[in-house]
Amino acid sequence: MTDKVNFHFDIDGDNFTSAGEASVRIKKLLREMGFSPDTIRRVSVAMYEGEINMVIHANGGSADVDVYGDRIEIILADKGPGIPDIDLAMQEGYSTAPDNIRSLGFGAGMGLPNMKRYTDDMRIESALGVGTTIYMTVKT
Amino acid sequence: MTVRELAALPEFEAVCLPDGEREILGGYAGDLLSWVMGRASEGDAWVTIMSNVNIVAVSTLADPACIVLSEGVAPDGDTLERAKEQGINILTTSLDTFDACVRIASAL
Ligand SMILES: Nc1ncnc2c1ncn2[C@@H]1O[C@H](COP(=O)(O)OP(=O)(O)O)[C@@H](O)[C@H]1O
Ligand SMILES: [Mg+2]
Repeated sequence: MTDKVNFHFDIDGDNFTSAGEASVRIKKLLREMGFSPDTIRRVSVAMYEGEINMVIHANGGSADVDVYGDRIEIILADKGPGIPDIDLAMQEGYSTAPDNIRSLGFGAGMGLPNMKRYTDDMRIESALGVGTTIYMTVKT
Repeated sequence: MTVRELAALPEFEAVCLPDGEREILGGYAGDLLSWVMGRASEGDAWVTIMSNVNIVAVSTLADPACIVLSEGVAPDGDTLERAKEQGINILTTSLDTFDACVRIASAL
């Protein structure tokens, strides 16, 4: 089946108060569409980590969630600084988050690892000074 | 045990209780939000000292039965407001995180 339902969100880069709103919206939408709690949790947690990363590290971006018959794809795109060393960034505990962000409970360096763990497939495309796009797939 | 029953214990106080009948199934303690997102289970009592508004989004997604702010920490104003909107239960306690967990575990 090639038909898909798309949900698009713009992620505000300088608003920590609303950070996570798109993920919360997606959780509700997927619940209304009748997906299992496990699928909903995996999609919304992976998306939340990506959303937070765009706010903390990339001054915002966009999120697209494409719902297909057999899978959900999440595409997070930003025009931030890019990730210089993706393997390093994927390591648990690695974080460049500044202290003021850490004091809010972020910056544990577990975001990208969580995204990988919660999805069936994850691919990062990043270019320095151009931006980062992360593609994630959760099979339903 | 429900969240309302936990809140009725002398050591705890409900500051936001939109869903008091929610059943507490277990517990998780931690302040690093990614750990909570990754490790807390649905229905847990989540014990933390983090009081900023982001704990509400984390709770909406990780779906604990309630947030328990330990060590006498009070929620930020916008945290309370958002928690009411999103139907997230928040309790407070002057117990430290360890003692809060012990108290919850013995009550479960
Ligand atoms: N969208 C992004 N743009 C630029 N850098 C990023 C982005 N996402 C992640 N990073 C980099 O990868 C690191 C690890 O990310 P993550 O595992 O989510 O940990 P944390 O966000 O807690 O620092 C970040 O500290 C940051 O240096
Ligand atoms: Mg992160």
